[in-house]
Amino acid sequence: MQYQFDFSFLATTWPRFLHGAWLTIQLATIAIVLGFVLGAVCALARTNGTPAMRRLVGGYVEAIRNTPLLVQIFLVYFGLSSLGFQISAELCAALALTINIGAYSTEILRAGIESVARSQVEAGECLGLSRLQVYWHVVLLPAVERVYPALSSQFVLLMLASSVTSQISAEELTAAANLLQSETFRSFEVYIVVALVYLALSFLFRGAFWAVGRIVFVRRRRLGTSL
Amino acid sequence: MNSFSLTHVGYLAVAAQWTVLLSLLAFLGGATLGLALALARVSKISFLRKAASAYIQVVQGTPLLVLLFLSYFGISIAGINVPPLLAAALSLTLYTGAFLGEIWRGCIQAVARTQWEAAECLGLNRFSQYFHVVLPQAGRIAVAPTVGFMVQVVKNTSLASVIGFLELSRAGQVVNNSTFQPFTVFCVIALMYFALCYPLSLASRHFERKLNVGRQ
Repeated sequence: MQYQFDFSFLATTWPRFLHGAWLTIQLATIAIVLGFVLGAVCALARTNGTPAMRRLVGGYVEAIRNTPLLVQIFLVYFGLSSLGFQISAELCAALALTINIGAYSTEILRAGIESVARSQVEAGECLGLSRLQVYWHVVLLPAVERVYPALSSQFVLLMLASSVTSQISAEELTAAANLLQSETFRSFEVYIVVALVYLALSFLFRGAFWAVGRIVFVRRRRLGTSL
Repeated sequence: MNSFSLTHVGYLAVAAQWTVLLSLLAFLGGATLGLALALARVSKISFLRKAASAYIQVVQGTPLLVLLFLSYFGISIAGINVPPLLAAALSLTLYTGAFLGEIWRGCIQAVARTQWEAAECLGLNRFSQYFHVVLPQAGRIAVAPTVGFMVQVVKNTSLASVIGFLELSRAGQVVNNSTFQPFTVFCVIALMYFALCYPLSLASRHFERKLNVGRQ
């Protein structure tokens, strides 16, 4: 059989794809920033906290990493509303994605923190740095620098995974596509376009993480050496 | 309105079998494709290397959900009425293959260069170099990350619910629609997924430790 590809709907609907992409960027950025902070705190608790804190964080990480994102999103969305909280789908999406990426960041950052040699911390203490300064300058920043490639590819995967939030009708790129395909009846073409937009977004995010790495990790920029 | 009961748990357990079946299909298909991609990525022919690399770039840069819609609507424009299982298995195969291909390429390249050279010195042809020298060693390295990735495969099957395939997540939505107890229902669903995935996570960690002991 012959299938006639028809992309003519793009002439009028392209701004809606762009708008959807912009919403996806916003959603992913919020989740990545908050999730990174959550992950950093949890990773410190996991490596330096009391036994109870370690076990709590360990349970959180295992629970999130062994259940699908879709179920986590449903749990947050339907669960919160059944408890009487009236929260918009977008907020629920951001919350679920943050909790999700927080667990992955914790695990990646923990590996980074454990790779910081004990003697580094001791050297920091000998120099009279406060506990907070040691955590920040000696432990956390070098740890992040070491695991940055793993971290940034996990963040790109999160941006792609944010498409799942369309299932609770949070407004983003895939939700826009679902709406458009039901209006135009050109399902295959709509999803081809969306796939290309996601591809562009993933290149954009990779480029952005590269640029952030160049700015944040001064040593790498000035000396051209990694840790 | 009926409340959540053991009957529902039984219904969910049956749906969980479909999740397992879909995971197995996706893993088998993905492993076949992944092996081909991994070999193409380390091939001597530059066209194969570039084609495999482009495929991996594209698939890893697209959400699984969109791949799922593409294969669902894509097969149906060929005039075939697609069973959701087929569309889901196809897209999961394409997706899993891209990731396994990249993981296994790393494992193949982790085999010491000298092993290749030794195999060449012994006069083995390219086929024998792969199947008698390099791949058995790469396989040992690959066990832990592969089992770890199976966790992702199981979790990813939950997306098949959006094209109407009745697996664990879809069954959860159905039960939730009749009982209106989302917290209970989705906690049970999450527990079932956890029961499927956690043993795999533990096994992956076990293999990793075992491999490291051998190397120390």
